[in-house]
Amino acid sequence: MKKLILTTTAALALGTIAASAEEVRVYNWSDYIDEALLEKFEAETGIELIYDVFDSNEVLETKMLAGGSGYDVVVPTGTFLQRQITAGAFQKLDPTQLPNATNMWGVIQERTAKYDPDNAYSINYMWGTTGLGVNVAKVTEALGADVPMDSMDLILKPENMEKLAACGVYFLDAPTEIIPMVLQYLGEDPDSKDPDVIAKVEDVLAGVTPYVKKFHSSEYINALANGDICVAVGWSGDVLQARDRAAEAENGVEIAYNAFAEGSLMWFDQMAIPTDAPNVTGAHKFLNFIMDAQNMADASNYVYYANGNEASQPLLEDDVINDPAIYPTPETIKNLYTITPYPSKVQRVVTRLWTKIKSGT
Amino acid sequence: MRRVTLIAVPYLWLLALFLVPFLIVLKISLSDTELAIPPYTPTLDFSAGWQGIKEFFAALDLENFEFLTTDDLYWKAYLSSLKIAAIATAFTLLVGYPIAYGMANAPDHWRPTLMMLIILPFWTSFLIRVYSWMGILSNEGYLNQFLMSIGLISEPLVILNTNIAVYIGIVYTYLPFMILPIYSALERLDASLLEAAEDLGCSRLTAFWLVTIPLSKNGIIAGCFLVFIPTLGEFVIPSLLGGSKTLMIGKVLWEEFFNNRDWPVASAVAVILLLILIIPIILFQRNEQKQREIDG
Repeated sequence: MKKLILTTTAALALGTIAASAEEVRVYNWSDYIDEALLEKFEAETGIELIYDVFDSNEVLETKMLAGGSGYDVVVPTGTFLQRQITAGAFQKLDPTQLPNATNMWGVIQERTAKYDPDNAYSINYMWGTTGLGVNVAKVTEALGADVPMDSMDLILKPENMEKLAACGVYFLDAPTEIIPMVLQYLGEDPDSKDPDVIAKVEDVLAGVTPYVKKFHSSEYINALANGDICVAVGWSGDVLQARDRAAEAENGVEIAYNAFAEGSLMWFDQMAIPTDAPNVTGAHKFLNFIMDAQNMADASNYVYYANGNEASQPLLEDDVINDPAIYPTPETIKNLYTITPYPSKVQRVVTRLWTKIKSGT
Repeated sequence: MRRVTLIAVPYLWLLALFLVPFLIVLKISLSDTELAIPPYTPTLDFSAGWQGIKEFFAALDLENFEFLTTDDLYWKAYLSSLKIAAIATAFTLLVGYPIAYGMANAPDHWRPTLMMLIILPFWTSFLIRVYSWMGILSNEGYLNQFLMSIGLISEPLVILNTNIAVYIGIVYTYLPFMILPIYSALERLDASLLEAAEDLGCSRLTAFWLVTIPLSKNGIIAGCFLVFIPTLGEFVIPSLLGGSKTLMIGKVLWEEFFNNRDWPVASAVAVILLLILIIPIILFQRNEQKQREIDG
């Protein structure tokens, strides 16, 4: 018995020591940061950083709505953030702990305020567009040199997809991105919440899904880079990372990213602090660290996504700030659209439609 | 007293690890969704006392189960899962039985090594093993490279993201669960029975069919249940190796839970899955009990 008490006391003592070593738990998208920044944060603050990744907003949202996720900072996309704020999943940020907030870019702040009024709950991490990743040589081989590689025709016309099927096409497994895209193609409001309008996408997608190799939201980076597939409907920076990986591997694969000429979806990934975050002060330190101009520039230079940090722009590399695939030209920006979250009744219609499109049932 | 404790332990185990979680799921399946943490209503509020508990029960209804009957997706997914689980179990038996037979007939000093080889894959994470099948089966994967290099095929075989890949994954993953019970049944088999059969004029094949198979029946049944039951609700293998056309209830459940944020409907799907599983589980228990009685 005495021995038991001794071990228990020892365990308790150890527990206290472990608790005093401060840690911050961050849950971010996969392939979305320069890992050197994580070490830099630990070195600067002495806080231990625990960094986990996900590849779908749905997974993050389920964790948020279940509560008790244990994370201090999470990174939902604007539409999901808005709904989670309504559910009470996030706490208001404390501006006094975020002096670097002055670095943020008004152009982006204005747009993110649509999801998070006054940007009270979140800061912008990165933003981008949803468009086309193409293996130029393979697509040319399949469809000839004249085919427009920035048009939805490439992936929504069955006659094109039939020819592309052999070299492989991936779609994002994200109904909240693909359905607005097809609505845009049809000339409808991409943000429509009307089930009858949403139902129109079924015919278009039913014609091309037999030729889609896989619906997946992260595998396409490697698949494009290895030359396993020739077209992916994907997120801008992910495709550009694939371009870079292919270039590094010197495997002769040339990847390009194009926003859709018909108009692309513009999205914003926001960093927020869960209501039940164990280390709120540490979370603010992390957000402030991320908003530092140099750190944010390093992150963008590494992942090829644009950020919402104006002060970081002079520090960005030329092939980032001057690449219209990353920082679109003012004309392209005019062509981009944004969307808002689906109410739960419509969400059910969307998910059901998505299952039907993918599985035929 | 000791006896009561001995009996109580397994029942407490069942209560804590099966009945309590099941009741929680059942309760959620009778609730409604709400945009909150947690995303359903009602939640039990003891602070309101007796009134709160009464209101809680009044708010529960069978709406979600009724909803499941309005869409043919659900019963199609259940049927498709049953089909995939049944076919996969049959293949696992076809592959597993000869292995178990070989092991049981191997020289005594080899058996521990062979047993070790069967168990060895468990030392690696299940997820990693399924992932590595993606590398083997993909168009540019090892299997296609090998077949093309020996000139057997000129175009790569499309296996990954089809049901064939799902079957391969299930057979591979669950094979030890089939082999071990069959092996233990075959190992106990009295070899003199086979000699007697041959003395009485059976060919080796007939003897195998008339003596070995019936005497290993319990091992076969146990192995089949051990494969069939977890396969029915399998999620990881179809989502990694299967294509978008692979319809399994595990995936439907995932979509209800994650994409629709509809925990109540997801729970209703899970409750029905459990009801479907209860029949084979009871049959399995009976088989085990019978076996014990014979041994006892």
